[in-house]
Amino acid sequence: MKFSYYPGCSLEATAKEYDLSARAACQALDVELQELDDWVCCGATSAHSINKTLSVSLPAKNIAIAQQVGHDLVIPCSACYNMLKKADHHMRNDSDVRGKMEEIVDFKYTGDVNVLSLLEAMVNRLGIDNIAQKVVNPLKDLKVVCYYGCLLVRPPEITHFDRDENPESMDNLVKSLGATVIPWSYKTDCCGANLGLTSSDVVQGMVGRLLDAAKEAGADAIVTSCPLCHSNLEMRRKEHGTDLPVFYFTELMGLALGLKDCTNWFSTHLIDPRPLLRSVSLI
Amino acid sequence: MSTVSPEKSFLDEVKKRSGQPIELCYQCQKCASGCIATEFADYYPNEVIRMVQLGQKERVLNCSSIWLCSACETCGARCPNNINVRAVMDALKEMAIEKGIIKEKRVKQFHNVFLGTVYSHGRIHEVSMMAKYKLKSLDLFSDMGIGFKMFTKGKLPLTPKNIKDKSKLKNIFDKSDPSMLNVKLEDINYGEQKTGV
Repeated sequence: MKFSYYPGCSLEATAKEYDLSARAACQALDVELQELDDWVCCGATSAHSINKTLSVSLPAKNIAIAQQVGHDLVIPCSACYNMLKKADHHMRNDSDVRGKMEEIVDFKYTGDVNVLSLLEAMVNRLGIDNIAQKVVNPLKDLKVVCYYGCLLVRPPEITHFDRDENPESMDNLVKSLGATVIPWSYKTDCCGANLGLTSSDVVQGMVGRLLDAAKEAGADAIVTSCPLCHSNLEMRRKEHGTDLPVFYFTELMGLALGLKDCTNWFSTHLIDPRPLLRSVSLI
Repeated sequence: MSTVSPEKSFLDEVKKRSGQPIELCYQCQKCASGCIATEFADYYPNEVIRMVQLGQKERVLNCSSIWLCSACETCGARCPNNINVRAVMDALKEMAIEKGIIKEKRVKQFHNVFLGTVYSHGRIHEVSMMAKYKLKSLDLFSDMGIGFKMFTKGKLPLTPKNIKDKSKLKNIFDKSDPSMLNVKLEDINYGEQKTGV
């Protein structure tokens, strides 16, 4: 199985453990990820907030690169995924938008490349059973809640992947790794997103609610697929101890698949997850 | 003879820019119930929509809600009338910028610095972007401790990664006029996704 891979800017810096674990887990599962050559930033919230045209043209540039390669395009970061998926949706369904983008980016849109989140590629293309078969280190006694955030599931008429109010794909994947996944009501509540940088007190309130809810549900850790959720959940909390660490789902895949590199990923976290993992004898 | 009131023309303008059927809102407040920004912003999302319906242009362009919306899209996903409120908030921000009314200056400064970094390098380089943002916003000392911790963990590389094809990227920026895309109402597809071109 082969995909084009768009890491996005966060995965080159603050979310480097997401990039490393995604690549390592895919390699162990015989999924080949080929990084797009000379990809550009998706524009993120800033583009759609102040220049709607740029919020489609920057993603369109990356879709143009992916078209030259031909494989479907897999994106780990929920924010990048959302931008590229929306741009693809508008170009696919609106000839006016498509024409303008073809002119701006200087390409011919074919619609041949499907845009997928990495989670979707793992669950729908590879299949949970195929992942479960390769588990050598089941995540026994690890109690987690799965946090999907906003951009992976909304708007549902464009993402078309999982249920938007109570998604289950990540729950099912993490369960197949042997962990105990606890249901909770905050799976798709927002973490505050980019307001973490400009209005950190606002985000501290939002993150506090999520952490309290996860604890009340009985979780020892939170699992996510979004670099922005991950950094807000780590940075914007009041106490920076080792309580309630936050994992990318790919890190838990790597741990369950018995990959030796995992401890290098865990050591980069601001909230060190190693004490928890040692307490349940997983490292 | 027909006359168009300023109230009606404001509503039409926001409808055109956002592509949303704003007139359909009947104030059920499902959007406000799910909005995480309500306790921090000055108006609820349904109130923003109502102000647009009533043509209260100055009041709505001066509110903090349009800037503090995190674009989580919960409101739009739950709206019984399929109004994507995020798109309305974006359209209002765009109009506020054109009028030079920036209620939350830091948010706008952040967006400017972010897109400026993409324009220069093609990708986001967090160290130089945050340095620029902090100088512009004069918010110099917050997050120093966390930033240093991230740096020691190798998460904040000091040199930016530049893309190779910068001239093409600059061309895309130059051609991407903000007013160019008004997603039309009839093109917003809330049913099954059409396939193929």
